[in-house]
Amino acid sequence: MDVILGLTTKDAVIVATSMAAVRGVSILKSDDDKTRVVAPHTLVAYTGEPGDTVQFAEYVQANIQLHGMRNETELSPPAITSFVRSELAKSLRSRKPYQVNILIAGYDTATEKPYLYWVDYLASSAQLPYAAHGYAAYYTLSLLDRWHKKDLSLDEGMKIMEMCVAELRTRLPIDFKGIQVKIIDRDGVRMV
Amino acid sequence: MSGYDRALSVFSPDGHVFQVEYALEAVKRGTCAVGVKGSTIVVLGCEKRTAMKLQDTRITPSKIALIDHHVCLAFAGLNADARVLVDKARVEAQSHRLTVEDPVTIEYLTKYIAGVQQRYTQSGGVRPFGISTLVIGFDPNDDTPRLYQTEPSGIYSAWKANAIGRSSKTVREFLERNYKEDMDREETIRLAIKSLLEVVQTGARNIEIAIMAPGKPIEMLGFDSIEQYVKDIETEKEAEAAKKKPRGGQATSN
Repeated sequence: MDVILGLTTKDAVIVATSMAAVRGVSILKSDDDKTRVVAPHTLVAYTGEPGDTVQFAEYVQANIQLHGMRNETELSPPAITSFVRSELAKSLRSRKPYQVNILIAGYDTATEKPYLYWVDYLASSAQLPYAAHGYAAYYTLSLLDRWHKKDLSLDEGMKIMEMCVAELRTRLPIDFKGIQVKIIDRDGVRMV
Repeated sequence: MSGYDRALSVFSPDGHVFQVEYALEAVKRGTCAVGVKGSTIVVLGCEKRTAMKLQDTRITPSKIALIDHHVCLAFAGLNADARVLVDKARVEAQSHRLTVEDPVTIEYLTKYIAGVQQRYTQSGGVRPFGISTLVIGFDPNDDTPRLYQTEPSGIYSAWKANAIGRSSKTVREFLERNYKEDMDREETIRLAIKSLLEVVQTGARNIEIAIMAPGKPIEMLGFDSIEQYVKDIETEKEAEAAKKKPRGGQATSN
């Protein structure tokens, strides 16, 4: 029951992830970070089969960083998403596919636009103004449908995010040990 | 032809592997590169080939390559060989991060590069890399500047200051005469440029300088600031020569 949530504002993306690491009925950790910074302006948030998630995220991270060192440029969020999607599509057709669902949040410094992509383990990918994986989607998408609009300011975005978290706290049956929020904008990735 | 340079992995009777020595010769014909360690920074300096009239210097690849954010490499010898070696090093740096969650140390990477170069002196159907490299940088969570050299044979060594490539002997001797312990940033950059000026005639236009400091991204010195250093060094040289002259005149008259 991991929470993975993202929404775009005018010039930033806000990503929220739950901090509980759960196995079976036990909480193993309450400060888990379900994100990896794959490029200076791009963050990957993941849920799914434990083990698969971190393995896949770090594999993607290493390949994107290698690409960065080889070409002395940063890949744009759409390019990173295409790469991630193709890796998942390859994996899906292998003997044991990665069971990982991903949100890719980035800021394209060339076009000066924020990007949020929703990608699942079946390698479907969609660029969206707001997105969530798992049970969190059931409770938050209605709120986001109601309040999200184009060209939100960062403060407005954070307010909507707070509403979503409040809703999750009241509705989700299991304690997810709080939410970690990261913002991706022209200055890169930062924790709130 | 003695026949002992036909196949790579064959010794001559007096214990030489000729192909490796020819590779060393290719290094000597490559443009010069220097590395100098200061107390807080490391500097790489390179001699740049004079560009042809229609060449786009802005996007022509440099002799200084970044391997990871904290490691940087300069080479002398065959450019195309270097490209292959640099790519292998970059893959290893990233692979190291993935497997042990830590950036490579400078010694580890040097040893890896030297290891690859050695392999190419002992396998069939290949020829050695015609390049020597200078590897600089800082280990993770460490402020000690590092400078290593690798050779086509696979030898690697650590240095305070060193030169490779064309006229490297002249430059190395210059460095031996002028190197001081605990040089600050300015002194280190100056020594690197001054040593290169021993063999680069055309001055700032044909010099490239990269500076690394702990925890900071690589800094490539711009043309203007290199030219400023070159001017300062030249005026200083003139002043020294002027000081020497009258004394020299007196000595002969006495």
